[in-house]
Amino acid sequence: MSKKQKHATAYWKENIKYLAILLSIWFGVSYGAGILLKDELNEIKVGGFKLGFWFAQQGSIYVFVILIFVYVRLMNKLDKKYGFNE
Amino acid sequence: MSVQTWTYLLVGITFALYIGIAIWSRAGSTKDFYVAGGGVSPLANGMATAADWMSAASFISMAGIISFAGYDGSVYLMGWTGGYVLLALLLAPYLRKFGKFTVPDFIGDRYYSKTARIVAVICALIVSFTYVAGQMRGVGVVFSRFLEVDINTGVIIGMVIVLFYAVLGGMKGITYTQVAQFCVLIFAFMVPAIFISIQMTGNPIPQLGMGSKLNDGSGMFLLDKLNGLSTELGFAEYTDGKKSTIDIFMITLALMVGTAGLPHVIVRFFTVKRVKDARKSAGFALLLIAILYTAAPAVAVFARTNMIHTVSNQEYAKMPEWFKNWETTGLLNFDDKNGDGKIQYVADRSKNELIVDPDIMVLANPEIANLPAWVIALVAAGGLAAALSTAAGLLLVISASVSHDLIKKIFVPNISEKGELWTARGAATVAVVIAGYFGINPPGFVAAVVALAFGLAAASFFPAIILGIFYKKMNKEGAIAGMIVGISLMLFYMLKFKFGIFDGGKEAVASLEKDWWFGISPEGFGSVAMLVNFIVSIAIMKFTPEPPINVQEIVEDIRIPSGAGTAINH
Repeated sequence: MSKKQKHATAYWKENIKYLAILLSIWFGVSYGAGILLKDELNEIKVGGFKLGFWFAQQGSIYVFVILIFVYVRLMNKLDKKYGFNE
Repeated sequence: MSVQTWTYLLVGITFALYIGIAIWSRAGSTKDFYVAGGGVSPLANGMATAADWMSAASFISMAGIISFAGYDGSVYLMGWTGGYVLLALLLAPYLRKFGKFTVPDFIGDRYYSKTARIVAVICALIVSFTYVAGQMRGVGVVFSRFLEVDINTGVIIGMVIVLFYAVLGGMKGITYTQVAQFCVLIFAFMVPAIFISIQMTGNPIPQLGMGSKLNDGSGMFLLDKLNGLSTELGFAEYTDGKKSTIDIFMITLALMVGTAGLPHVIVRFFTVKRVKDARKSAGFALLLIAILYTAAPAVAVFARTNMIHTVSNQEYAKMPEWFKNWETTGLLNFDDKNGDGKIQYVADRSKNELIVDPDIMVLANPEIANLPAWVIALVAAGGLAAALSTAAGLLLVISASVSHDLIKKIFVPNISEKGELWTARGAATVAVVIAGYFGINPPGFVAAVVALAFGLAAASFFPAIILGIFYKKMNKEGAIAGMIVGISLMLFYMLKFKFGIFDGGKEAVASLEKDWWFGISPEGFGSVAMLVNFIVSIAIMKFTPEPPINVQEIVEDIRIPSGAGTAINH
């Protein structure tokens, strides 16, 4: 295996790890907090919001935005680490 | 100045702006026409993507639907934003690296098969046409209410404008017009939201105002107040909803995955320079979309509360001007069943006297709240910007599918660059005319078909693209079988449960609800069809030959971000 191929394999492996972590959070805030655990979380109130309702209509969207920018940062670093940046 | 003068003024200025941009940025080559030359900056592309994505449905309909559905409306909020996470993490960077012009291009090349390409073209055309018809209708509604022209005339004016800049400018013209349209539509959505938020809660940020206390001295939280009003009138609690948890789950999933599989959204990521830019521009797009999507539920709450206050148990004769205006459009209906001259707005259908079309909530909201005339006019200009930008993006997908994927790649492979450019323009023209026809003669089930479009995208494209990137051994037999089975299953379920064609037509639909598989509505069934697509693809793959070595090498190559610049020339 050439050096470039080795780099490519290692790069892909780390990429998949990032994806797994970020997508678990993605699932957690929307399907978890906003849907499956909605009734439990609605017992908690933050200001005028019931928490489950807040996650479904506001919170999950904020987290989605943050997730993408975190991904962009992580990947830019990863590109550099393996010399795939340009 | 009156509302109408303001509307003519603002709509006139914005239209002149769009046409000016189109002339300035017209396309000179097919690369300009399909992917704007491939050199759009991430921020501009993010704005264009946001305008492309936020259609008349997002701008005009969504907040209205939420204000009637309460918690159940969350499926649209999460579904239509969460899809961008999938897009940014799983699709955009790799498709950009692959570096072709269209989604069928990817499917056709990755699965080394003309059949796969044709299946993809058909899916892209169905999805895009259903969408675009709805947009033209949205244009018609805005024109008819605010400029007091006939809906059909409104549709034709809209057609001419879109035709002008889509045909002339292609993707390049569309991209820069959409940047302008984004600014118009977001300003138009936020200004009334901020005004009303201050009016009702004293908080200038609508996203926070929604969770604040009312301004009327009662010290009550707005949402508690609305929950109280809703139950009083016999509706479900606003923060609770009526749909089952599994159905909410499945609809959200279908909308998310459908979003990530929509060809007019995916194609936007072909227009940036590097893989890095594709990721970043997905982030910008969602950030900009989120401004409207987090404000919409607030607008929904404000509008619902205001509306109940204005109409519930009030004298019909004392209704304000806007009430009468919307009555003449037929989107608001009052029927004094008990003859007491007052409006009873309640959940019980036999006693309810007021029928409100959800589509008018956003447009009427500033009027209900007594905002100045220019704000009302601004909303009209914003609604037009939202509808036109999406229509243009969809038309481009249609014209590229025809001229590039069908004519160049299948029927006339040696067509000249110039010939292809003119074919693309011709295809765009034909598409506008067909879309306009559906806008004037809507098939009566536009909303139902739009839901179908998401289900179809989820059931067909999404698995084929994901497997194409993340599963090197996926072959053409598996992918084609998966797409065909997925789409057919989705079509069958929609036809059976949405249109009732196997059980005696539309009337039977309501009684079929108890037969839904696992209690999943047709809107959410795209998720199931998608899973079936994945399973079929992988099962068939196990029994058929591996893809050729060169295709496996392509897959290795798209996983590495560097070197995308050269891939676009082909």
